[in-house]
Amino acid sequence: MDNSRANLLEEAIGIGIGKGGRVVVVEDCVETSGAFVLHHFLKRFLHPDSSDVVIFIAFAHPFSHYERILRKMGCNLTVHRKNHRFVFLDMLTLECPERNGREAREDGLLALYGEIEKAVEIYSSLEGSRTITIMIDDISLIEVAANGSSNHMLDFLHYCYTLKAKYGCSFVTLNHEDIYSSANTLQLILQTEYLADVIIKAEPLATGLASDVHGQLTVLNKGSVSEFGGSSSKVRNFHFRVKENNVDYFYPGSQT
Amino acid sequence: MAETISRALRDGAFEGEHAPALTIKDTINTPFGSFVFNHILTQLTSNILAGKSQARGVVLVALSRPPSFYVELLKSKGFDVTSSSKWLRVLDCYSDPLGWKSKLMERGTVRNPYEETILKTSLCKNLKELDKALSSIIELGKEIVEEGNGRFAVAIDSVSEILRHSSPPSVARILSHLRSHDQVSCIFCLLHVDLHEAKVAATLEYLSTMHADVEPIVQRTNGQRNTSEDLPMVEQCFKRGKFHVRFKRRNGRVKVMREELYVEGSGIKFTEVSSADGLTAQGLVPKVQFNLELSEKEKLDRAKVVLPFEHQGTGKPIQIYDGRKSLNESETEEKQASVDKPQTPEDSGRGEIIYFRDSDDEMPDSDEDPDDDLDI
Repeated sequence: MDNSRANLLEEAIGIGIGKGGRVVVVEDCVETSGAFVLHHFLKRFLHPDSSDVVIFIAFAHPFSHYERILRKMGCNLTVHRKNHRFVFLDMLTLECPERNGREAREDGLLALYGEIEKAVEIYSSLEGSRTITIMIDDISLIEVAANGSSNHMLDFLHYCYTLKAKYGCSFVTLNHEDIYSSANTLQLILQTEYLADVIIKAEPLATGLASDVHGQLTVLNKGSVSEFGGSSSKVRNFHFRVKENNVDYFYPGSQT
Repeated sequence: MAETISRALRDGAFEGEHAPALTIKDTINTPFGSFVFNHILTQLTSNILAGKSQARGVVLVALSRPPSFYVELLKSKGFDVTSSSKWLRVLDCYSDPLGWKSKLMERGTVRNPYEETILKTSLCKNLKELDKALSSIIELGKEIVEEGNGRFAVAIDSVSEILRHSSPPSVARILSHLRSHDQVSCIFCLLHVDLHEAKVAATLEYLSTMHADVEPIVQRTNGQRNTSEDLPMVEQCFKRGKFHVRFKRRNGRVKVMREELYVEGSGIKFTEVSSADGLTAQGLVPKVQFNLELSEKEKLDRAKVVLPFEHQGTGKPIQIYDGRKSLNESETEEKQASVDKPQTPEDSGRGEIIYFRDSDDEMPDSDEDPDDDLDI
C-alpha cells in the first residue's frame, strides 16, 4: 500500500484536514480486535515528515509488544523514543491499592494525569508547530486500575480531554464495547461516545468468518463545530484485512 | 417553534411565579442537544443585547465545553466578545471540576494548567459541593445586574455532568432553588437522557415549564447498537432529527409542538414537519430494480382514466335511475325528447325504454315474490 496516500480510514476521519484537537474512540469486540487501528495511527503520527509527538499510555501491553509490531510496519519506536517523539508510559504496574480507600485510588489516576500534563507542557513549549497525540490502550483497563470505579475513569478522561482546549492535543483511545453490553453499564460507553468526535467500530462481518476479509470498520464522524465552522457528520463503512505488515481497507465487493 | 421557546425565555418570569425553565434532551442516536442549546443561547444573547429580554445577562455554567468554545461560538455568530463582561459570566466547571490541576500546581508538577480566555470566568474547583456552585452562580449573576432589581438568565450546558458527581435529589434542589430565586429570569439546561435512569429525566421535567426532545427521525426498531446493519438510517440520524416541544401552561394545559431540525453549516435549522417527510420516505425506500413511483405525466394520465361504471355524460348532469323518478318529471322529459328528436336524426338509432311506475306507493324492487300468493 502506498504510504503517502490517505487510505479509506484516514479519509473517513479526515486526519489531513483537522489537525489536532480531536477525540477518536476505537471500539472493538472479542471477535474483532481493533488494536490494529491504534498501530495504524501510531505509525501515521510518527511519520518521518512530521514532528508530531505521541504520548502512549499502555495498560494492556509492554513496550516490546508495540515495538515488535511497529518495526514490522517500518517504524522504529526505540529511535523515536530517543528522539523524544514517542513517550511511553507503562501502566502495567500501576496499581491503586486501597490503603486509604477512595483517596488512594483517585491519587493513582491523579498522578498519572500529572505525568501526562507535564509531558504535554514540556513538548508544547518547544518551538515548532506540532500536534501532541495522547493514545490510551485501553480505557477498560483504567477502570481495572481504579478498582472498578467507572466514575474515576471518567474523571480521568475528562481531565485528559481538557488538554484539548489549551494545547490542542488529539486523543486516540481503545475501548471494548461488548464488556459494557448489559443495560446498567451501557452508560459508560455512551459517556465516552458523547465525548468523542470520531467513533470507529470494529466488528466482525454480519455474514460470518471469511478468509480474505477480517472484519468491518464503521466510522461515525460527528464533525467538529469549533474548527470547521460547520458540522459535516459522515458515516462510512468498509472492510479490512489485516496483513503481516499493513492493513488493507476496501469497500465491500471492491476486492477481487 | 424554536422562536416560541426563545420568546418564553426572553419574557422571563412573571411576578410571583417561578422562572420559566427549559430542559433540552437528546440521546446518542441524535446528538444535537448541544446544537439546540447553542442556538437558544445565541438567540437569548441577541435578545439581551437588543434590550428586549427581561434578563440583563447570562450566567453560563460550562461543564462539557471549555469557555474558549463559547468564545468561538459567540464570535462566529457576530457578537462582540470583548465587551461581553457586561452581559456574560461563565462559571467554568470544565477546566478543573475536582481540583486536580490546582493540586498538581501545588506539588509543582505543572506550572500553569489553566487556559486564558477573554470571557469573565470564575473557576469551580469542587463540583461535588453543589451549594458552593449555586452561590457562585448567584454571585456571578449579581455582578451582571449590579443594582438590586435586575434579573439574569442561567444556562447549564450539561446537567448529565453534574449528575455524575451528585445525586439527583441534590441536583433537583439546586435547580428548583435557582428557579425560585427572585433575580433569575429563566433557566435552560441540556440533559443526555440515555445516560440516566428514566426517573431522573422525569424529575427534571417536573422542574421545567418547557421540554424539548431531540429524537431520531426514524426510530430504530431493534433497539440494538449495531450500526453496520442500518447505515443509511444512522446517517440520516446524524443529519436531522425530530424536535418535540412540550409547553406547560400555568393552568396545567400542555401544548405539544413538532418540528424537524437539520444540521446545517455552523448551526441548525428548524422546518415544518410535513415539508420533507416525503423526501425522507423516498430516501429510505430500498433501491429496487422495478419502478415503484409514478412520474408527473403518469399521475396525470391516471387521473384521466374514466372508470367503467362512471357516467360519461360529458357535461350533463349525471342521472342514474333509482326507480323513484316522479311522473311529472318524466313527462316533461318525454316532451323534450319528442321535440329534440327531429333535429338530431343521428339519435334515432338509439333504443329507449320508457317505464311508468304505477304509483309512488309501490315499493321499487321489493324483495317480496310477486307470485307468492299464487296457488297452483
